[in-house]
Amino acid sequence: MNFILVVEQTLNGLQLGVMLFLLAAGLTLVFGIMNLVNLAHGSLYMVGAYLWVAFVELTGSYLLGVLLALCGTLVVGMVVELVALRTLYEREHLDQVLATFGLILFFNELIAIIWGRSALYTSVPPWLYGHVELFAGVRYPMYRLAIILVGLAVALLLWYVVARTRLGMLIRAGASNRTMVSALGINIRLLYTVVFGFGAALAGLAGLMAGPIYAVQPGMGELVLIQVFVVIVIGGIGSIRGALVGALIVGMVDTMGRAFLKPVLGSMISPTAAEAAGPALASMLIYLLMAVVLALRPQGLFGGRGG
Amino acid sequence: MAEALLAVRNLVKQFGALRACDGVTLEVLPGETHAIIGPNGAGKTTLIGQLSGDLRPDSGRIRFAGQDVTRLRAPARSHLGLARSFQITSVYRDFTALDNVALAVQAHAGHSYRFWRPALGERALREPARCILEEVGLGERAEVLAANLAHGEQRQLEIAMVLATKPRLMLLDEPVAGMGAEESQRMVQFLSSLKGRQTIVLVEHDMDAVFSLADRISVLVYGRVIATGTPEEIRINPEVRAAYLGEED
Amino acid sequence: MRAHLRLTVLVAGLVLLALVPPLAAALNQPFYLDLLRRVMIFAIAAVSLNLILGYGGMISFGHAAYLGIGAYAVAILAYHGIYNGFVQFAVAVGASAGIALVIGAVSVRTSGIYFIMITLAFTQMLYFLGISLEEYGGDDGMRLARRSELADLIDLGNPVSFYYLVLGVLIAFLYLSHRLVNSRFGMVLRAAKSNEARTRAIGIAPYRYRLVAFVIAGAMCGVAGALEVNHTNYLTPNVMHWTRSGEIMFMVILGGIGTLGGPALGAFVLLLLEDLLSGWTQHWQIILGPLLVLAVLFAKRGLAGLLPGDRRDG
Repeated sequence: MNFILVVEQTLNGLQLGVMLFLLAAGLTLVFGIMNLVNLAHGSLYMVGAYLWVAFVELTGSYLLGVLLALCGTLVVGMVVELVALRTLYEREHLDQVLATFGLILFFNELIAIIWGRSALYTSVPPWLYGHVELFAGVRYPMYRLAIILVGLAVALLLWYVVARTRLGMLIRAGASNRTMVSALGINIRLLYTVVFGFGAALAGLAGLMAGPIYAVQPGMGELVLIQVFVVIVIGGIGSIRGALVGALIVGMVDTMGRAFLKPVLGSMISPTAAEAAGPALASMLIYLLMAVVLALRPQGLFGGRGG
Repeated sequence: MAEALLAVRNLVKQFGALRACDGVTLEVLPGETHAIIGPNGAGKTTLIGQLSGDLRPDSGRIRFAGQDVTRLRAPARSHLGLARSFQITSVYRDFTALDNVALAVQAHAGHSYRFWRPALGERALREPARCILEEVGLGERAEVLAANLAHGEQRQLEIAMVLATKPRLMLLDEPVAGMGAEESQRMVQFLSSLKGRQTIVLVEHDMDAVFSLADRISVLVYGRVIATGTPEEIRINPEVRAAYLGEED
Repeated sequence: MRAHLRLTVLVAGLVLLALVPPLAAALNQPFYLDLLRRVMIFAIAAVSLNLILGYGGMISFGHAAYLGIGAYAVAILAYHGIYNGFVQFAVAVGASAGIALVIGAVSVRTSGIYFIMITLAFTQMLYFLGISLEEYGGDDGMRLARRSELADLIDLGNPVSFYYLVLGVLIAFLYLSHRLVNSRFGMVLRAAKSNEARTRAIGIAPYRYRLVAFVIAGAMCGVAGALEVNHTNYLTPNVMHWTRSGEIMFMVILGGIGTLGGPALGAFVLLLLEDLLSGWTQHWQIILGPLLVLAVLFAKRGLAGLLPGDRRDG
């Protein structure tokens, strides 16, 4: 276990963290403002990835692909909101869970019909290829560094929008008192659609950035979605700050755990036991962390109410 | 002088910048019917919430039957004998009136970790429940689903559930809220019949009800008790007139 | 009498199920025996979920975990040479109850959106645990070493005997559910679901009761899991995939939430529907998905909800 490896894994943890943040931010806003449990958020992540693949092939340009994929995901998100989700706002959580679960099945199968079930492998754009020398001999993939920077930029942008703009004020007001905001003449439905679309775009961004690193395949959304839930539970529902903190914590714990738990265990107990227990424990780590946070603070680190 | 059954000292509850309760102090003597009145926004609901155990005070003390209950939650207070009714009717809508009261009886009749025998068949639960329903005047409506009861009957059911928990003190939050003149009268008459046997704390807007039922009245304005006394004393109190009664000429 | 219509339909359904083996033999269609046995196993899981979801109002998205625990208990014991069915099933129930207790202790305190996400997350955790157990097949799974042996009483190798065992368990659990939801304990659970503030006001703190219900439901589902692994003769972590939890929830809703026989009916309808649709196209989920959405939006009370019933059981 050397210094370079630790730095590398820390950066990987940061990279996973910002991607989880992109997903968590949209989802926690939707939870907090519209009181809507949306299991299909992972589907938007998947749609973003697939649209990007399609547009890159169509236009030959990486950046154009990104732009079009983002727009596409935004549109898909808003259509889903208008068609399927509007009726769910007034319903109880159970209905929302089941209905959005049905949407997941639908989207996964739709993607499978169009693109097939096997994973698509995509590559990093040539100008983000290769490594960057950071410091003290640490070399890190440029692409992953770019993801970290994009993620942090989005976090900054989100902070600015929510804290400093009129839209952000509406979002915060809508979170605490829907009726009041609509009584003020603000078009609540439009607000919801905008918020949802925004969240969808963020999910799509995470999806298309994830493409070259993780496999692009039907069902990819659900694998990451549950980690996003853990982030939101730890961070607290409705809090973007909580989403950021939670995402970074989860990203770090998961990455470091997978990288270092086995060797660390191996030095404490027998190597063969560590061989068996290491990976198992590593994959359970973030859930155990969630349980600990819950036991101490049921509403999450930055959450308002207890559920 | 008898020791207070319920003693509230300097209760403070703040919501952001709003001090809903700003140092409330009052005492309720055993057997008395004590009304709490005040203009809208005076903090009555917040006060009730803290007395019943649904809200945690920021500071201050509540003593009930000689015990400090400030930190106790609602279920524990219910077992000490502090029962409450809700301002907005809160009954089990999918159960019958009888089931509603039987549940309240059950909560105070031993533990509920019984998994086999049907609760609805237990005479030890149904008989007392039926009696109480008769007492409040709902005897004929025992088998009606709570959701199908008239508004006034639902308020009566609330009172029945309070009685079923064998209370030492009844905390009634606007018992005649939303009732017509006749129904209100009947409710007031019924509550009157409880005077002396029960200690009642009554939050009400309906001044007729208040003045016919209360032994003493506390007036709550802007989160503070500005006066406590008999109905006569309160009626002529200049501060009270200015703050409250004066508004309704 | 109209009030007993639901009960009559339920009993009729169970009688029909009892007649399937001789019918299947007469028509030479052993496939139906297999199919319906699978349906009944999931019906058991759905009935257990209905306890906490239908009557308790606890939206647990992690119920499939207990199918897995039951299955793994049996398979792991069999792998190590312990074939005694009584021991295996006892361990399945004990393990499910124990893990439900631990998960429940942390989760039941929360409610609403949190509870849904947390139960989902814990199930995923167990799924990953199952995948990482290389010794027991990892994510490929492994064959069951030998079917559970029930001391010459019932031969699980015999399809008909096995079928009647599952039917017997289903009937027993239906009856158990019935007693449970009408007992003092059940009334408290239902009251807490109906109006939590009122329940606290009369002196009941719902947490402990909900936790106990959570444990009971988990244990019952563990039995379903133990039966499942014997049915498929194969152990796989997929049995506790979170989509399985969603499926079981759908069975409860489709059949009629908070009714006694509803979940069993829902299991029947959903699994037969899946079987039918997958016969038409391999992309059957694209039809099922929207169908489920529509069902949630428009058929909230479920199929059993269409029949008037004794309000006792809901």
